[in-house]
Amino acid sequence: MNSVVLIMVSLLYLAILFGIAYWAEKQSEKGKSLVTNPYIYSLSLAVYCTAWTFYGSVGRAVTNGIEFLTVFIGPTIMMPLWWIVLRKIIRICKVQRITSIADFISSRYGKNATLGVLVTLICILGVLPYIAIQLKAISSSFLIVAHSSGDQNADNLFWGDLAFYIAVVLSVFTIIFGTRKIDSTERHEGMVTAIAAESIIKLVAFLVTGFFVTYIVFDGFGDIFQKASLIPELKKTFVFNKEGDSSGWFWHILLSMSAVMFLPRQFQVAVVENVNEKHLDKAMWLFPLYMLLINIFVIPTALGGELLFANNAVNSDNYVLAIPLKFNQKILTLLTYIGGFSAATSMIIVETIALSVMISNNLVMPVVLKSKKIQEQFQGNLSGLVNNIRRTSIALVLLLAYLYYKTIAEHYSLVSIGMVSFTAVAQFTPAIIGGLFWKTGNRKGALIGLISGSVIWFYTLVLPSIVGAGFFPQSIIDHGLFGLEFLKPFSLFGLKGMDNVSHCLFWSLLCNIGCYLYFSINSPITSIEHNQAVIFVDIFQYSEQLEPSAIWRGTAYIRDIKILLSNFFGEKRSEKILRLFAQKHNLSPKNDRADPKLVGYVEKLLAGVVGTASARIMISSVSKEEKISTEEVISILKSSQELLSANKSLKKKSVELEKATSELKDANEILKRTDKLKDDFLSTVAHEIRTPLTSIRALSEIVYDNPDMEPDEREHFLGTVVKESDRLGRLINQVLDLEKYESGKQKLDKEDVDIQDIIKDVIDTLHQQVKEKSIKLIFIPDRFAPRLEADRDKLMQVVVNLLSNAIKYCEPQKGEIIIATHYVEGCIYTSVQDNGSGIDKRFQRLIFDKFFQAEDQTIKKPKGSGLGLAISKKIIELHNGQIWVESEVGSGSKFTFMIAVV
Amino acid sequence: MKELIKVLIVDDEPSILMSLEFLMKKEGYQVFIARDGSEAMDIIEKEVPSIILLDIMMPNVDGYEVCYHVKNSLRFEHIKVVFLSAKNKESDMEKGYSVGADLYVTKPFSTRTLVSKVNALAINVVSGSAS
Repeated sequence: MNSVVLIMVSLLYLAILFGIAYWAEKQSEKGKSLVTNPYIYSLSLAVYCTAWTFYGSVGRAVTNGIEFLTVFIGPTIMMPLWWIVLRKIIRICKVQRITSIADFISSRYGKNATLGVLVTLICILGVLPYIAIQLKAISSSFLIVAHSSGDQNADNLFWGDLAFYIAVVLSVFTIIFGTRKIDSTERHEGMVTAIAAESIIKLVAFLVTGFFVTYIVFDGFGDIFQKASLIPELKKTFVFNKEGDSSGWFWHILLSMSAVMFLPRQFQVAVVENVNEKHLDKAMWLFPLYMLLINIFVIPTALGGELLFANNAVNSDNYVLAIPLKFNQKILTLLTYIGGFSAATSMIIVETIALSVMISNNLVMPVVLKSKKIQEQFQGNLSGLVNNIRRTSIALVLLLAYLYYKTIAEHYSLVSIGMVSFTAVAQFTPAIIGGLFWKTGNRKGALIGLISGSVIWFYTLVLPSIVGAGFFPQSIIDHGLFGLEFLKPFSLFGLKGMDNVSHCLFWSLLCNIGCYLYFSINSPITSIEHNQAVIFVDIFQYSEQLEPSAIWRGTAYIRDIKILLSNFFGEKRSEKILRLFAQKHNLSPKNDRADPKLVGYVEKLLAGVVGTASARIMISSVSKEEKISTEEVISILKSSQELLSANKSLKKKSVELEKATSELKDANEILKRTDKLKDDFLSTVAHEIRTPLTSIRALSEIVYDNPDMEPDEREHFLGTVVKESDRLGRLINQVLDLEKYESGKQKLDKEDVDIQDIIKDVIDTLHQQVKEKSIKLIFIPDRFAPRLEADRDKLMQVVVNLLSNAIKYCEPQKGEIIIATHYVEGCIYTSVQDNGSGIDKRFQRLIFDKFFQAEDQTIKKPKGSGLGLAISKKIIELHNGQIWVESEVGSGSKFTFMIAVV
Repeated sequence: MKELIKVLIVDDEPSILMSLEFLMKKEGYQVFIARDGSEAMDIIEKEVPSIILLDIMMPNVDGYEVCYHVKNSLRFEHIKVVFLSAKNKESDMEKGYSVGADLYVTKPFSTRTLVSKVNALAINVVSGSAS
């Protein structure tokens, strides 16, 4: 393929990338932010898969077999732990406005600037080569494709320049989309969206190529493995090695577990660019799935390449490109090239942004802020300065990577340099994990641990690599430093039998962790260290309650703070920030001394721009701080916690009090109501008693005063007197009865009864009345109804009541009453239905109240005491049953009671 | 004279109606009977009685309403209304007089007292109609 075409395609691809990033930022300005989508977040995490994955996995599979998988198994094992580790890191970074891994470590250990510098240096040393090999991957893939077309000019035209130009274009992209906003906690949405798009492209490209090799060139997985198994050297690449390689697996998995979180670019996309902790839920399964997909065709491609290109005619790192080329698949070759290109560019872009933030915030700014001269010069425009520093560092990082690539990277495969990077960032693991879960971990421990670990890393991995490039004598490797055998970089203290990376990781982590633990336990800590330790370890407790400034004691003036803020945010925005903060926290705007809360808030804001350590320096420059002892800090923390819990218990008490008050009110209301009901009840009872009494008195007076009455009339009068006396007696009994039920004194005398026997008895008793009114009475028993435990006499009372009511309301001759029992699902239903006048819907509930008309004086009760249904209801309720009526005016009523058979 | 005086008895209790009917007939009045308020109104329209013995708590139209109706009509305002009620609270009696009752007798009552009170009212009716 013509190199000019290739260049055009590459540039076109980059232009599309610009387009995507630009579009995403425009969408975000419109309020349709794309990064709120968890899939974008998950895809952006796949920046983990670089050109190393794209080209190098195949190469490594050829030389080391399935060991290449460790790099992906580690993160997969790590993913579930993200909920514990990464979520905590994300929360801390949001609360503390931390924007890089250097910032994180420096902030955790007392906002220590030295630690920030150290971590930044390790990152630069560890990651620069990694960026360099991405450049190498791009230019060598370019050359392979260009050469294949016989375009020998490619060498002359671009060799040596191509990688440089790529570095220039990428630095332009990174500067544009990485430094638009100075507060780096404000996210780079365009960049993240572009990275997510690149993740899709490289995955598709690799899958298509892999599919081509496996199913078009060969005849599927089976075919390739079958052919490869015939060659003994290849056979070993898809089985586990017998030769004691297992510890290598362990170390490599451990390595990639830390890398997937602590590589600067991973920290950037996973933590800094995270907009929602919940995105982790999706990422937890999507990201491993992505890694699975991108690895499916690695071994077939590796074996296919070995089968196709015998005698090492082609570098195995290039099989992905070489195979489509061999079969003259131009479009496929181009796609593969773009896939590799995208894998490399995405890594370069994110890594460079992450490094530039560290360089500006942790290396340059602390120096700048200490120099009064520079500060005066940039007075009022520090934000411009920060941005320029960041832009310069981006360019510088890419330039350095380019130089590294030119001088050293040529000598090494993709994977080995990647592993060097991984091992470098693995040195952060003790300080970070310890810092998250162990309050005792302190600055001295972290510092010495990091230094010792990285020195060993440098000596056992980096040094030999530059020896290979001719910077140091070969004798160091062969006979150790100064000829001391136990200092041989690849077998320190005589440790042999491990591969170089495992060997390095073992020694460096051993020293790192050992020093971290030893010095943390045995050295004192300052108040700010303790403060930060508590906030980090207990972040979920403090993120909403405790301002870090709770431990700040000192004097600062609002005027100074405002000047400080205007340097970065401009005067208007600073004023707004201060005004809003004062409003939110009810601070007097007239006060010229700054509230500690405000000082803490401003420090966090500044930390988002220049990093925590620099922000600390700036705050110290405008405030006079008092020293606070550790004991004091602890007591402040304790008292604020006690205050919090005292507050809580006070709140709880007042809530309880309120509840009690309202309960009392309710009870009072109920009492008042009951009182009124009782009054009403009594006056109704009195009225009900007076009515028969009136008849009795009047009639007997008449009989007494008129001895000459007609005998018939006299008999009638006296008979009425007797009947009314009966009525009076019954009424009094019922009132007393009801009183018993209501006070709970009435007890049931339960026995084994058959409800249908009871009904038959009642029918017998009332037979005469039914006959007198010529009412048709039907009883429909349910022969499946079982016997039940109940009070026979009381149930009888209920049935008598219902049946005599029914008789009362039926018209003579036309009356019809149906009594029925039904046994349904453990309950016996007994109903008494008449075809009398019916009951108005309004009164259907009220009729079960005693003297239901008492509540509404205009309604005159029907004939009867007005207590029968009330008593019936009480009886049924005592049996844990229910009683109700269904009725319509003019078409009769149906009373039903239900009792469960226990 | 007395047989010219019409007395209407209104009550929903048959036994009370029975005793009042006996008492009034024995005194020689012309007696009418109603079992509730609306029946009473019909008879009042038709017969225009001179005296009404009126229960208060009855279904449909209660005694207060009947009395109010009578006392607020030019045709009937001269009718003497005697409430006979088991409601014996001060407030009940006040309400009874406020709707225009001439007399409020609480149940149970003494038959002799009641008869003499009705007779006293009847004298006014007679002298009223004579002048």
